[in-house]
Amino acid sequence: MKTVAEFAIAYEQLLDGEGRATAALPAFAADEGQMLAMYRMMVLCRLFDAKAINLQRTGKLGTYAPCTGHEATHVAVGAAMRAEDVLCPVYREYGTQIWRGVTLTEILTYWAGDERGTNFAVPRDDFPWCVPIGSQTPHAAGVAMAFKIRGEPRCAVAYIGDGGTSQGAFHEAVNLAGAQQLPVVFVIVNNGWAISVPASAQTGAQTFAQKGLGNGVPGIQVDGNDVIGVRKVMEDALDRARQGDGPMVVEAVTYRLSDHTTADDASRYRPAAELEAAWKLEPLLRTRRYLTAQGWWDDEREAQLRAECAVRIEEAVHGYQHRSPAGPDHMFEHLFANPPARLAPQRDNARRYGPSALRQH
Amino acid sequence: MPRVTLVEGINLALARALSDDPDVVVLGEDVGVNGGVFRATAGLQERFGTLRVQDTPLAEGLIAGMSVGMAAQGLKPVAEIQFMGFLYPALDQIANHMARQRNRTRGRLTCPVVIRMPHGGGIHAPEHHSESLEVLLCHHAGLRVLCPTTPARAYGLLLAAIRDPDPVIFLEPTRLYRMARQDVVDDGIALPLDRAEVLREGDDVTLVSWGAMIHETSQAAELLARENIGCEVIDLTSLSPIDHDTILASVAHTGRLVIVHEAARHAGLGAEIAATVAEQALYDLLAPVQRVTGYDTVMPYFALERAYIPSVERICDAVRDTLRA
Repeated sequence: MKTVAEFAIAYEQLLDGEGRATAALPAFAADEGQMLAMYRMMVLCRLFDAKAINLQRTGKLGTYAPCTGHEATHVAVGAAMRAEDVLCPVYREYGTQIWRGVTLTEILTYWAGDERGTNFAVPRDDFPWCVPIGSQTPHAAGVAMAFKIRGEPRCAVAYIGDGGTSQGAFHEAVNLAGAQQLPVVFVIVNNGWAISVPASAQTGAQTFAQKGLGNGVPGIQVDGNDVIGVRKVMEDALDRARQGDGPMVVEAVTYRLSDHTTADDASRYRPAAELEAAWKLEPLLRTRRYLTAQGWWDDEREAQLRAECAVRIEEAVHGYQHRSPAGPDHMFEHLFANPPARLAPQRDNARRYGPSALRQH
Repeated sequence: MPRVTLVEGINLALARALSDDPDVVVLGEDVGVNGGVFRATAGLQERFGTLRVQDTPLAEGLIAGMSVGMAAQGLKPVAEIQFMGFLYPALDQIANHMARQRNRTRGRLTCPVVIRMPHGGGIHAPEHHSESLEVLLCHHAGLRVLCPTTPARAYGLLLAAIRDPDPVIFLEPTRLYRMARQDVVDDGIALPLDRAEVLREGDDVTLVSWGAMIHETSQAAELLARENIGCEVIDLTSLSPIDHDTILASVAHTGRLVIVHEAARHAGLGAEIAATVAEQALYDLLAPVQRVTGYDTVMPYFALERAYIPSVERICDAVRDTLRA
């Protein structure tokens, strides 16, 4: 027998758990402004997450999907993308979305049960949150197909979780991207858990990155808590795709430090020791150590940043709590550009019997 | 003026849309070099290239899902699902995304997609090739569902579907693909959406049908005319929304209604029509509404498909029953 195909999956880590460089760093890592911008966004996400969970616990927000632990991956992907690229998120990648212009008020509005939160003022072409797992990946492939047809130098980025890679839609999308060499990057955020099912029970594959290879797309694994590593890997993947050299699957290995959502209690299924160990590798701490070692950061700046974030978050909370009420008409609006005749009497009925305003979170 | 079949009318409309609008993209399994298993896309890839008329990987969920992505970027995908029994994997994308995209983004992202597929049986095809699943689609808000029955209406309605800014499901009666020829002017003029068509006027009973059953329904009306029974035949054409006004006006005139469809009876579209007539025109009725439908069995493999598909005789008997009531 002869070997007709072979594969290897590379693992990238540029910043270790102590915040020390493990290899030569890319130019942006030496740029104080760029590094601080990423760190600031990571801290904003962490604090926003805590606030959103509190709002849910006090009945002011619906079920919320936290992002704590994922900040390095989310922010690095945002920093690597260009404004004209298109993001197809799952539902917890706030770091990427906020970087691209989605507001904290829009995020809170959405999780308050109000779809007006998906009408992003910026970025207009990005997809809204996608709840049916995996179904966002064909959208990204389609967006990338549009870029290819029109010859536009833009890329699509689709997120998916470790559990999501079990969906057929993911493989169908990656397979198309490979067959047509589409400008799309699939980011698998392997956070260890798909609600209660550990990544080890999700697949027999050694890595999630290699799920690209079976579909004709190269895959790479990166330390998802290393903001420099993820950004470098994403910049390379996006450059490659933008030049017409095809798609990439990037597996960012991180850890879901939170529950799946506020409706979940991970202590029922997740070993406490595992969570404790994961906290030692969390992304904010190592980034801060790196910044401190460069002489760019100290406790005073940290305190000032946290105070600024708190103000920004409070403004966002005020924004969503004081938005105009969602009325029954909203169900009927934007259903069709040219609505069928049967809807008007139903809308009138909803006006008559529906609440004048839905209960506001 | 060419005399064309229904499938050739579809081909003419696709070619017209592709040449008029650079945003139109035709995609599906075997739609390229092969020109589609029913030849609906014959010659299009040669004329418009492999990007605008593209063969996709063999995955219906992907075809629908990538269409959502392309549409969000302003393209107008016209996707083909090869047979209606293969619709199921695409339903996730159709129901969860295509039908909802405009509403859930408050109009920011839209989904001007057309999904074409053959509808119904009667051509001795393999299993899963002969389904009539229109209710699965008609139940979803945010979609229009069309089912034209003549070459000219297939041409004009497909153009209307492609130009509509929202998703449209375009069902093509397999049995009628090559049954008849008609003069079709390739003038690029679209027909209005949301309308039923009165095919034949009559005073005694209203027959409502759609898809290939229009053939048997029209034959029944012809036979019954020899018994001096005047049937008004309505081709529903738009399965969602339903043109209830046309049906109600006819029932007000005839006082009797027989609904004929190939799909299974239980929770079929006939029930929706009967319920609306009961709600809005009960006192116009001189007799109970009758339904002549496929049975609540699986669509049988082709040896028995003629036992499943309502026959002219079954329709005639239902009409005679309703006149005796």
